[in-house]
Amino acid sequence: MTQPLLQMTHIVKQFPGVRAVDDVAFTVMPGEVHGLLGENGAGKSTLLKILSGAHQPDAGSIRLNGTEIQLSNPFEAQRKGIVTIYQEFNLVPQLTIAENVFIGREPTSGVLLKWGEMARQTRDLTDRLGISLDPMTQVRDLSVAEQQMVEIARALSMQSKLIIMDEPTSALSDKEVDLLFNIIRELKKQGLGIIFVTHRLEEVMEICDRITVLRDGHNAGEADVKDIGIPDIIRMMVGRAVDDLYAGQHKQHTRQAALSVHGITRRGNAQDAAAIVLNDISFEVYKGEILGLAGLVGAGRTEIARAIFGADPYDSGEVRVEGQSVRIKSPEDAIRHGIGLVPEDRKQQALFLALAIRQNMSIAALGKLLQWGTFVRESQESKLIDEYRQMLNVRMTSPEQLVSNLSGGNQQKVVIARWLALQPRVLIVDEPTRGIDVGAKAEVHALLHQMADQGIAVIMISSELPEILGMSDRIITIREGKLTGEILRADATEEKLMQMMTLARALVS
Amino acid sequence: MAQASAVTKASVSGGQNLTRVLGQFAPLIFLFVLVVIFAIATEGRFLNPLNVFNVLRQVSIVGLMAIGMTFVILTGGIDLSVGSILAVAGMVAAIVVKGTNQNTLSLDTSEVQGFGVGTALLAAILVGILVGFLHGTVITRLGIPAFVVTLGGLTIWRGVTLILSNGGPISGFNPDYRYWGQGLIELPWLTEMVQARVPIGVPIPVIIFLLFAVLAHIMLRYTRYGRHIYAVGGNKEAARLSGLNVQRLTLSVYIIMGFFAGLAGFVLSARLNSSEAVAGIGSELDVIAAVVIGGTSLFGGEGNVLGTVIGALLIGVLINGLVMLNVSSYIQQIIIGVIIILAVAFDRYIKSRRR
Repeated sequence: MTQPLLQMTHIVKQFPGVRAVDDVAFTVMPGEVHGLLGENGAGKSTLLKILSGAHQPDAGSIRLNGTEIQLSNPFEAQRKGIVTIYQEFNLVPQLTIAENVFIGREPTSGVLLKWGEMARQTRDLTDRLGISLDPMTQVRDLSVAEQQMVEIARALSMQSKLIIMDEPTSALSDKEVDLLFNIIRELKKQGLGIIFVTHRLEEVMEICDRITVLRDGHNAGEADVKDIGIPDIIRMMVGRAVDDLYAGQHKQHTRQAALSVHGITRRGNAQDAAAIVLNDISFEVYKGEILGLAGLVGAGRTEIARAIFGADPYDSGEVRVEGQSVRIKSPEDAIRHGIGLVPEDRKQQALFLALAIRQNMSIAALGKLLQWGTFVRESQESKLIDEYRQMLNVRMTSPEQLVSNLSGGNQQKVVIARWLALQPRVLIVDEPTRGIDVGAKAEVHALLHQMADQGIAVIMISSELPEILGMSDRIITIREGKLTGEILRADATEEKLMQMMTLARALVS
Repeated sequence: MAQASAVTKASVSGGQNLTRVLGQFAPLIFLFVLVVIFAIATEGRFLNPLNVFNVLRQVSIVGLMAIGMTFVILTGGIDLSVGSILAVAGMVAAIVVKGTNQNTLSLDTSEVQGFGVGTALLAAILVGILVGFLHGTVITRLGIPAFVVTLGGLTIWRGVTLILSNGGPISGFNPDYRYWGQGLIELPWLTEMVQARVPIGVPIPVIIFLLFAVLAHIMLRYTRYGRHIYAVGGNKEAARLSGLNVQRLTLSVYIIMGFFAGLAGFVLSARLNSSEAVAGIGSELDVIAAVVIGGTSLFGGEGNVLGTVIGALLIGVLINGLVMLNVSSYIQQIIIGVIIILAVAFDRYIKSRRR
């Protein structure tokens, strides 16, 4: 048997409050395309960051071609031949392809660049990849796929042995994916190892030789792709018990639609004006229902929430609140129609970290606390805050405490209270329990049930399948901007959901 | 994924309480120390009521503008054009009250009859508001940074002022007009107490300044509008997602800034009995310094008007005290610069202890 190119054993990485990677083994052979798979939060990113030198492992060893190595920073990893190509490219748009390929390692004579040399070597590299690009083209004039080629060319120029590709196909068209796969096969022939991270299981079957699956920071399985099928991979990714974090429940919901969405379509993202972000999205959510919205990161879950809430514009489609068609062009409009949003990124999108709990909790509901239409009645405000402090069990010293001094869970409760104070008809919660501890998580779940009991229609977005399964009455799934299915909780399993989220069409119905 | 769950600080310790109180009063403590030093160094002359009111009168022009600037900086913006707005507003007021842009230098013998003082005041304020509205509209609608827009405004409105006045001053106003800058509410008991040769009293500009400071404080501290201003400065995206109309709020602070710069322009021209085309050149630096010394963060979301009032006083006291001590004006500039940095450093240090 040949010697492994990369051998990681007993890797442990601890963060405050969580063991992100626990005793993980990971091996890549030369000339192998190895799929690294797992749900969001399974430990993939941490493992890759260790491998690229961005994180230091607490325990374990890394061997490259049989020699034990230390990767104390990203630069060292690159020098040893481990190169990562991230989703967000590390290119300087204003510079040429040649300059980008040789950035930091430019061939010079004295202080002057050897342009001819750089161009010649760059052309050699692109030839090796079987693509034709003028080395003197500015990178900003390239397509996303071409920029990715430049990244790969740069990796080759560094004499890489191991290339890590993090979701390399997420921004590519089908044709471009084929081209990328040809290049990967070419690199394989040249004896390089490729670590391929993706959420698209069909691609795994197409391009990978072996896979390693992580789950909750542990190894959940390793297999040759020729021996297994997609259902096996899904089972390895999700096979865990739903614990009593989701024990609560709420009353049977009504059949009155609180919110319905018809044919919402949005084109264009930051990189590509023609990309379809939301494709003909239609669904409804009933009063007193918790509707789970499941999909992989980047599938368009958050984009749906932001479109409904008026945070992002959309091109066509209609939103109805309690049967009435409404025009929502800003969050201000959405709030007027009784729609609230707890955004996914608490610190960037919800909290005023320099302000106190008082200002944070009441900001959206100030209209209800006014005297003479302008002065805030602080005594009434204090009562309101105290009410929600008790109801949500917020652990705080006083309304004047800075919100930045609260734990993540208590901060999230403050954000939820902000919306409850408005008594919304529809509340969209995006990753409501991200980054908060287990106890607070259970409390937030109980709260969502309570809200449904009060007749609020709740749309819950979550990356955690157990949370989706444990909380929702009904679940809809989205993949690449398009709804791919709808299922009642009683009929749903993690395997089924994973299929609906990852496959263009369901394998079993 | 690996989010560190911060430990809740269940209780704020006594030490933190002390620094919190200190943090709120840091500029005040600084001012107090400075006053004591000058009082001792001048053997009490500094605290003579005549001098105190003199300092206050000088402070009120910069102070008025600094109130407006507090709104702007609280939203995370900046207005570099305040000195030019002051000049153009003062010039318009002068033209309105005199009915001509010729520098007649005559008090009441002019052949052209101008409008009343009230009209002149209104014109100055309207000019300020209009300019602020223009700046705010360009900033919010075209998305050009406030720094750039108001830097452009700084030269544009100076140029407009020079055109309006043909480059020179317009001087010599009627007593009603001058009253707004030179008048005072006499305090006979004080005059008697210190046996002053001239009547002592609270100058009108000081009354205007303090009145608007109180008004602005109430607006920022007790109204929904005030809460919204802090929210916009604290986190624009969160403010928008909380249903605030961030654009309209941003526009409003430049209008408020224009109002105060216009009012200050009128008061200054009344005090000098002359609208100078070069009035207020460089004053944006004093104004911004007053706000920042007062503890308002240039990043927005933190600060208050009381701090700004103290900041303006601090600069005025410093200049006056150094003049009384016969410190050369060259050295004065160095000292003022150092004090600005020290005051803000002290404020930041105290606040960092709170975190």
